Amino acid sequence: MLEASDLHCRRGTRTLYSGLSFALGAGELLRVAGENGSGKTTLLKILCGLLDPDAGEVRWRGEPIRRLREEFHRQLVFLGHAPAVKDELTAAENLAIACTLAGRPASMQDVREALARYGLREDSAPVRRLSQGQRRRAALARLMLSADAPLWLLDEPFAALDAAAARLTEELIARHVAVGGAVAYTTHQEANIDAASQRVLELA
Amino acid sequence: MSTAIRWFWFASPQTFYPLAGAIARVSAVGAALLVAAGLYVGFFVAPTDAQQGEVYRVIFIHVPAAWMSMFLYVVMAFWAAIGLAFNTRLSAMMASAIAPTGALFTFVALWTGALWGRPTWGTYWVWDARLTSELILLFLYLGFMALQAAIDDARRADRAGAVLAIVGVVNVPIIYYSVQWWNTLHQGASVSLTRAPSMASTMLAGMLLMALAFWLYSIAATLARVRCIIRERA
Amino acid sequence: MIAAARTILARDLRIVLRRPGDAATALLFFVIVASLFPLGVGAEPNLLRAVAPGVIWVAALLASMLSLARLFAADHADGTLEQLLLGSAPLGVVSAAKVLAHWLVSGLPLVAIAPLIALQYDLAPELYGTLALSLLLGTPVLGFIGAIGAALTLGLRGAGVLLALLVLPLYVPVLILGAGSVEMVSAGLAPDGQLLLLAALLVVSAAFAPWAIAAALRISTE
Repeated sequence: MLEASDLHCRRGTRTLYSGLSFALGAGELLRVAGENGSGKTTLLKILCGLLDPDAGEVRWRGEPIRRLREEFHRQLVFLGHAPAVKDELTAAENLAIACTLAGRPASMQDVREALARYGLREDSAPVRRLSQGQRRRAALARLMLSADAPLWLLDEPFAALDAAAARLTEELIARHVAVGGAVAYTTHQEANIDAASQRVLELA
Repeated sequence: MSTAIRWFWFASPQTFYPLAGAIARVSAVGAALLVAAGLYVGFFVAPTDAQQGEVYRVIFIHVPAAWMSMFLYVVMAFWAAIGLAFNTRLSAMMASAIAPTGALFTFVALWTGALWGRPTWGTYWVWDARLTSELILLFLYLGFMALQAAIDDARRADRAGAVLAIVGVVNVPIIYYSVQWWNTLHQGASVSLTRAPSMASTMLAGMLLMALAFWLYSIAATLARVRCIIRERA
Repeated sequence: MIAAARTILARDLRIVLRRPGDAATALLFFVIVASLFPLGVGAEPNLLRAVAPGVIWVAALLASMLSLARLFAADHADGTLEQLLLGSAPLGVVSAAKVLAHWLVSGLPLVAIAPLIALQYDLAPELYGTLALSLLLGTPVLGFIGAIGAALTLGLRGAGVLLALLVLPLYVPVLILGAGSVEMVSAGLAPDGQLLLLAALLVVSAAFAPWAIAAALRISTE
């Protein structure tokens, strides 16, 4: 489904990687590994189209994502380093807005259930009052409502999570891969995801 | 990369570098010769103006500089747009290299305008439509340069500058006409700087020589600066 | 697409409602700047009447620019901007919705409070309508143009001052037409031409600026 061909990426004067090619098919799980500063986040951003590679291109079902743009965005969930929640809004409002903007509007009922699964009870408190870990959970709850988006790109999904939430996230990823989705993610922690086809891409 | 297309061969900074050097040297020599000729015609051959006396001779610098200042902004926006559309690095470099020369000519036009205004109007600065437009044009150049200077990443600087230059070039005619309208609203009839009664043919020749000289100077300065930018980013 | 635009609009308005201080600051700035001029140029009524349209418009320009500096900054900091860039709706539509939301909370109050300033300057009552109408047409244009600058300077050192340098020269036509329309009326002439031109600027900027904003946002987030 997703194909990266001959990616070349420079940050400042340093070459992060060149001639990087790989493919991510349906039902495949890809872990992007490497030490700090090896370009894991940069790679995920290139894959979702937030960054342009210095050379090479990323294709989605054979079409360059540059050309597809919104059409590609509708099939994609990207969760970045920052939780992407607004401080002034409640977790439920944030989640509902994120789903609508992604082109997958969710009912308030579904939103509440998704948050409850992640241990965020219905609450009128704005996200500002939540802890760092709770914010991450509010962001990750989006995965509960994104089963029909074939491609997930997750940057450090397990950071700042407690064991239970990490476990739940692993399960969601495993289930998504099992039903034919494709997931690429980065992590520092040891993740234990139960998937048939797993690969590791080591960035030097 | 699109090296397959021959057209882009010259767009590669490495192949352009020596060529730019050669053109810059020739243009610089040509500019020096033409400036000498233009100034000679302007100061010794052209007749004294019946109304303004010798003071009018600043026109030989003022008018060509004003022409160049506006023209260069359009050229800059053109290269910026090409750079943005085709992702050619050299075009973006050209745009950044033109900006200081354009700003210089804008400043020269303003400066000579002030020097000319003093004896004719009795004051250095008049909110004349043309002078005001030039002043705003100077701000546009300075904004472009300030934006590029504030961005560390060369690629972002090129592309952000390009968007600004394109927005600016769309705005320049709107600014020009609104300033002209504003001028008629506020001070009825004013003495226009370019009003040159009974322009003698030698005067026209002097102005054209100077305009040509400024052209060549702009080419030389721009290409020399492009070479610096290529070396910096190599 | 419409749903996305409506969501952004509702989101930004709700955020401002929960944090009304930010919008109030820009409004207060407008009032203070306009109140400084009499202290600087003297309180001679004829002079004040003559400079009023210009002063009110310049203050509006500055206030609009000041509040624009934050238009994308918060979204950039908390990561929601990335999600907007990857949204299912075209980024231009999203940008237009953001500008509209910003205008509703910063431009519209300016239009509403301008007559109060006009009162301070003893502006003739028949000029109020034109002043309000010119601000109503002109301030959204300031928002569209300014948002391009805000997107270009996103995340840069000294972004605020840089924004002023980029955007203020581009505001010149709006200032001239806006203040000019009021002066036309005070000179006993019809302001139709200026107001129509302002409306034309509004249409053109609403049609093209969102795409420039979108391009600038993509460039700035790379």
